[in-house]
Amino acid sequence: MTAAVLFENVSRHFGTVKAVDAVDLEIAAGEFFAMLGPSGSGKTTCLRLMAGFEQPTDGHIEIFGETAEGVPPYRRSVNTVFQDYALFPHLSILDNVAYGLMVKGIGRQERRKAAEDALAMVKLPGYGQRKPGQLSGGQRQRVALARALVNKPKVLLLDEPLGALDLKLREQMQEELKSLQKSLGITFVFVTHDQGEALSMADRIAVFNDGKIQQLGTPEDIYQRPQTRFVADFVGSSNILSSATCARLGVPAAAASLRPEAIAIGTSWAEQLTLPGIVTARSFLGAVNRVSVDCDGEKIIVASPAAMPVPDIGAQVQLAFSRNDLHLMEVA
Amino acid sequence: MTLASTHTVLPNGPRLIGRISDFLWKHPHVLLAVLLGPPVLWLGVIYLGSLFALLLQSFFSIDDFSGLINYEFTLATYRQLLSDANFDIIVRTVLMAATVTLFSALIAFPIAYYAARYAKGKWKAVFYLGVMLPLWSSYLVKIYAWKLILAKEGILTWAFTKLNLLWLLDGWLSLPIIGGNSLSVSYTGTFLVFVYVWMPFMILPIQAALERVPANLIEASSDLGGNPGQTFRHVLFPLALPGIVAGSIFTFSLTLGDYIIPQIVGSSRLFIGQAVYAQQGTAGNIPLAAAFTVVPIVIMGLYLWMAKRMGAFDAL
Repeated sequence: MTAAVLFENVSRHFGTVKAVDAVDLEIAAGEFFAMLGPSGSGKTTCLRLMAGFEQPTDGHIEIFGETAEGVPPYRRSVNTVFQDYALFPHLSILDNVAYGLMVKGIGRQERRKAAEDALAMVKLPGYGQRKPGQLSGGQRQRVALARALVNKPKVLLLDEPLGALDLKLREQMQEELKSLQKSLGITFVFVTHDQGEALSMADRIAVFNDGKIQQLGTPEDIYQRPQTRFVADFVGSSNILSSATCARLGVPAAAASLRPEAIAIGTSWAEQLTLPGIVTARSFLGAVNRVSVDCDGEKIIVASPAAMPVPDIGAQVQLAFSRNDLHLMEVA
Repeated sequence: MTLASTHTVLPNGPRLIGRISDFLWKHPHVLLAVLLGPPVLWLGVIYLGSLFALLLQSFFSIDDFSGLINYEFTLATYRQLLSDANFDIIVRTVLMAATVTLFSALIAFPIAYYAARYAKGKWKAVFYLGVMLPLWSSYLVKIYAWKLILAKEGILTWAFTKLNLLWLLDGWLSLPIIGGNSLSVSYTGTFLVFVYVWMPFMILPIQAALERVPANLIEASSDLGGNPGQTFRHVLFPLALPGIVAGSIFTFSLTLGDYIIPQIVGSSRLFIGQAVYAQQGTAGNIPLAAAFTVVPIVIMGLYLWMAKRMGAFDAL
C-alpha cells in the first residue's frame, strides 16, 4: 500500500540552522499521525514541507506515491488548518469555506451547498453570513477545519490547531477531531507540543528534537518504552534512574526510565523491586499526590493515588515497582 | 528598606502636582478634554470654519462692471463655473488626476509589496530613505529640474537619440492632445512630473496596508488551491484596497488642487488650481475661485462614497 506521506532523507536548512535534518518518515493512508516536540524541533517545518510552503534542501518527498518537491501548494491535494486559523477577514464565513471550491472554478450554487454542508459537519450551521471577526476562537477553529475539509483533501495537516483554545474546549475538540478523522477516513497529520494531546489522539507519534525524529511509535510505545532520555523526559515526566541506582536494583544498565504512576509507596510484593528513601516534598494534584523521594541522592517522583495515605515530609519510605515498568535505555 | 517601611499607601508627591495627578487619575475625561480641547478648536473653528467661510463665497456673485462682490445668495457663479471654457478646465483636471492616480498605483504597488514582504533590516531602511528622500528637497527645484530633463535639449531627448529611439519620442509627441513640441510643454510631461512628485504618497499607504496582511493568509489561499493570480485577486488586492484608496486620495486630490506643476511643465491650458489662482488674484473674482474650490471637494466626496459602496473599506 502506498504511503500517504513519505520522507526519504529529507533536510531543510535555513542558512546554518538545520531545521529538519535527514528525516525518514512514512505515514500510512488513513492514519492519525502526530508530530510531537518542543518549539524549534522541526515538527512545523516538516508540516510545511508536506503543505509545500517549504521546499526540501535535500531528500525526496512523496504524497500518495507522487513526487512532491517542486510542486507548489496550490497543486497539492493537501490542506492545512493553520495555527491561528488564517481565515480571510474580508470574506464571510461561507465565502471562507467555499474559497477552495471558488478558485477551482466550481459554480456558485454548488459551492455554497458544499460550504453549508461543511459548516453543518463542524456544527456551525447558519453561521455563513457572519465575518470571522464575529466568531469566538473555538468557532473560528471549526471554520478553519470546514474550509480545509470541504476540498476533500487526501491529507489534512493541522498545525497546533487547539493551541489557542481553553482546556475544556480543547478536550471537546480532541474528541471531535478524532471521530471526524475516523468517519472521513482522511489521513490527519497533527503538529503539537502537547504530549497529552498527541497521546490521546494519535495512532502513531513521531517525537522530534533538533530537527530529527527521536522515536516513532504508538502512543503506548512512546509512553511506556521511551528509547532516549529526551523522549522519556518530554513525554510525561519520567524518572530517569542513573546507572548507580540501576546497579543497586540489580539491573545493570546505562540508565532506566520509570513512570511516576508505576511506583507504590510502602507496599511491596515478592518479585518487586524496592528502593528505600526519604520524602522531601509533596503536593496534592487532585487525582494524585505528587511525592518527591530522595533515594540516596537520586530524586524520584511518585504519583500516588489520592486515596492512598501520604507520608509526611522527612518520613522513611520504601518505594516498590515492578521490573516490567523499569525501561532500560542504552544511552544515558 | 525605607520604602517598604510602614505605609501600605504611599504619601502623595509634591503637594500641587500630586493633587493634580490624583484628580486627573480619578477623572480621565477631564484629562481627555484638556488634551483634545485645543486641537479640536483649531480643527473646528480655524481649519474647517475658514474653509466653510470660503465655500460660502461661492454662493455670492461679482458685479461685472464695478468688480465688487454682491453679497446676495445666487447660483449665478455656479452657472458661470459650468460654462464651456470653465467646464473644460474641470474635465481636463479630473482626467489628469485620474490618470496620475492609476499609474501611480500601478508603479507603487510592486515597490510597496517588495518593501512589505521582502525588505528586512538594512533594505527596509534603504526603501524608506529612497521613498522619502525626494520629499526632503524643494518641490520647486524638483519641478524645474524636471522641466530641464523633459526639454527638447534635455537629457531625455539626448538619451532617446543615443539609443536611436528618437522616432519613438517624436511619434509620441506627434499624437494629438497628449503630444506637443517637446515633453516639457505637453500633457505627457505634466503627467510624468505629477506621478514623480506624488509617488511617495501612494507607496507609503499601500506599504502600510500590505504590512498588515498576515503572511499566512497568502499561504492559506495557496493551500486552498489559489494560484498566485487568484491569491492576488481574491486576498491580497482586497486587503490592500484601503491602502490603495488612501494613497489615491492623496494623489487624486493633490493633482486636483495643484497649480504649480501645470504652470511650469505643460501646455498653457489651465487646470483647476491655476484657475483658482487666476480668479482670486488678477481677476479678483473670489466667488468663482471659491466655486472652483468646491469642485475637488465634491469629486473627492463622490469618489469616497463610491469606494465605500464597492467595499474598499470592508477589510479595515
